[in-house]
Amino acid sequence: MKSVHVLEMLGISKTFGATNALQSVNLCTSAGRVHALVGENGSGKSTLMKILAGNYDKDSGKILLKGSDYSPRNPAEARHLGVAMIHQELALCPHMSILDNVLLGIESERFGWISSATTKQRVLEALEPLGLASLNLETRVGDLPIAQRQLVEIARALATSASVVVLDEPTSSLTEKDVEKLFQVIRTLAKNGKSVIFISHFLNEIREVCDDYTVLRDGKFIGTGIVSEKTDSEIISMMVGRSIEDLYPRSVRSPSETVITLDHIAGRILPQEVSLQVHKGEVVGIAGLNGAGRSETLRIIFGLDELYKGKLIVKEFGGMSTPHHRWQQGVGLLSEDRKGEGLALNLSIEENITLTSLKPGFLSLKRLALSANEFVVRLGIKCRNSQQPVGELSGGNQQKVALARLLYHGTDVLLLDEPTRGIDVGSKEQIYRLIDEGAANGMAILMVSSYLPELLGVCDRIAVMRRGVLGVAHPVQDASQELLMHEAVGA
Amino acid sequence: MSGPKRISMPKNLSNLGGLLFALIAIFVLFAKIVPNNRFQSLDNIETIARQSVIVCLVSLGSAYVIISAGIDLSVGSAAACSSVTVAASLAWLHLSPATALIIGILTGVGWGLINGILVTKLGVGPFIVTLSTYLIVRAAATGIAHENAIYGNPTWLDSLVSDVGKRHAWMLMPVGVWLTLLLAIIMSICLKYTRFGRHVVAVGSNEMAAKLCGVPVNRVKLAVYAISGAFAGLAGVMLYSRLTEGDPTAAQGLELSAIAAVVIGGASLNGGEGSIMGAIIGALIMQVISSGSAEKGLPNWVQQIVTGIIILIAVGLDRWRARRSLLSSG
Repeated sequence: MKSVHVLEMLGISKTFGATNALQSVNLCTSAGRVHALVGENGSGKSTLMKILAGNYDKDSGKILLKGSDYSPRNPAEARHLGVAMIHQELALCPHMSILDNVLLGIESERFGWISSATTKQRVLEALEPLGLASLNLETRVGDLPIAQRQLVEIARALATSASVVVLDEPTSSLTEKDVEKLFQVIRTLAKNGKSVIFISHFLNEIREVCDDYTVLRDGKFIGTGIVSEKTDSEIISMMVGRSIEDLYPRSVRSPSETVITLDHIAGRILPQEVSLQVHKGEVVGIAGLNGAGRSETLRIIFGLDELYKGKLIVKEFGGMSTPHHRWQQGVGLLSEDRKGEGLALNLSIEENITLTSLKPGFLSLKRLALSANEFVVRLGIKCRNSQQPVGELSGGNQQKVALARLLYHGTDVLLLDEPTRGIDVGSKEQIYRLIDEGAANGMAILMVSSYLPELLGVCDRIAVMRRGVLGVAHPVQDASQELLMHEAVGA
Repeated sequence: MSGPKRISMPKNLSNLGGLLFALIAIFVLFAKIVPNNRFQSLDNIETIARQSVIVCLVSLGSAYVIISAGIDLSVGSAAACSSVTVAASLAWLHLSPATALIIGILTGVGWGLINGILVTKLGVGPFIVTLSTYLIVRAAATGIAHENAIYGNPTWLDSLVSDVGKRHAWMLMPVGVWLTLLLAIIMSICLKYTRFGRHVVAVGSNEMAAKLCGVPVNRVKLAVYAISGAFAGLAGVMLYSRLTEGDPTAAQGLELSAIAAVVIGGASLNGGEGSIMGAIIGALIMQVISSGSAEKGLPNWVQQIVTGIIILIAVGLDRWRARRSLLSSG
């Protein structure tokens, strides 16, 4: 069956000041197929997509959509021309209903008055192929779980008869079940003749739902082809330009005394029943589905949420505490929501790293900058200098800044909540290395993650949380992806 | 979490119900403590309605601005300025009352457009912009009036918010009250059932998303500030009507009363939500407190403490309710 190239981006170049973000990059996608756009942060794939979505102008090159010249002046026009971009931060109005959101900007109206009958009809038509037609259309989008919000945005793409639908890291915040649902939706979109561009770091997902791939690295086009014809390591090699032999380094660790004791603890709603011990020199992982209560457990330990029942002992300190005291005790939390909770985006790298360690009295700015710089180098944070606002960094580098804060402070008990979510392979490798170093040096690390291979690679013991109840911690050699998943879903 | 969260009742309806209950409760409270059963008399109710017209009108305009995640601190100044231009039109230019009324409204619209242009072009945020115009507009009004009040000759404008008296007793309330009620209904319908109204909410809820969807964000913002100005202008006409003079020092603090009414009525200063009818009830609550306190002989400062507490309770309740619905669905 011959497929037609519905989108052709040819020889696209873009420079920002002195930086060559894109150098003559090609991307061609076909109708009815799902195309993976793969590349580390800094590879240029975000810039390419911003050009496609109408946020930036290209410096040179040509873009053809369905054979005709395509050069949108702004995102609204791009949407109009048939390119629908589904961002990671969903572009939805949380206070408005599903109905209002799907047709925002393209409402059915006469002389300004919204015609409710036509509106409802159009929205139902858009929601039906996504399996959402049974939802109450008046529901406020802000009240929907994130998986459904995503589907509402996809519905909007359908309502505007998009020919190209771009999904930017759509699975980062979804449960396995939601991911499956999303994949069905993507296949439906492809079956309806759309060209879907799928941006993701998860190779297993790419393999499951994508037909073709294009790899970018350092602003250059590296290769394109059919997914099934390449192995994972081949694709990773193309992404990083070298082979990743040991993604999960594991040095010799000698667990010693207990530093965290959780004894039948429970929060107000979640978790419900957690008992666990974490020792110096080991990495303990908590697996489980979203909403099981894993983040809540970490927050209780750190003192962000209330401890309702049970005994909590951290080092020699018993009972609930506050973040302020935990920092003083040498305990640090790496938040799940790094943009919202973890970092002050408009402050510099240095300010973020040193925030918890500032001594009273006057600060020596020079000394602060020097010591922060050490960590920038040590963690390989890609930036102009340590004064750059953290908001300008890529996701992976932002996460490294958040981690740097914990290390700079001198914490020896780390609570990590999804430490590698939404970041590139290169940064992941570095973070795994840091975790391994920490454990080898006697740190106690408690890590929540939804990525099972990561838990199996990094942890010494793994426990699974299901509906607020933590199961027994398995030594890593006794655990497997199937075992952990079974426990997580209760099968 | 798989299905949508349980929504027990349309949030707006339960909000309005609660507000109405609060209004009645406060009214009853004052009815009990004011001697001679004076408070519940029809005459008093009419008085309360008449006295609330000015705050209600600016609340209508401010509601749109606040729902769009903006703010307008200049409405009091604009109302004062408009009362001055109305008086000047009558007394100095000898224009007809109808023309003077239109000039009053246009004065407000003019200042509103200036606000809108500055907000969309300067990029400093509506707080700073309207803080500046708050000063500038009142100064302009003072300048126009030569630092004095302007007395207007008697016209039908004087009866817009005054007691209907025996001859027009069939009307129950003066024209100003009915007009305010009509405008409230229109603005409420517009917010819910027109494309423009949806766009106002969208801009307040998530401006980036609205922009991505092709909503003309700058035009919407310009429009809401113009609307706010128009209502401030109309309020200025009513102000003139009540004082029969154009007073550049009048309506101090009107903007804060408007914001309070809109917030009590369920709006969030972050934008994206709010109710026009709620704002009206909010304005009425504040007026009842004011009238009741005056009837009871309570000093001004007591009244203001009560009003302040009402605002805290109203907003606190609203946030508590929002948090609770979030938690109950796990």
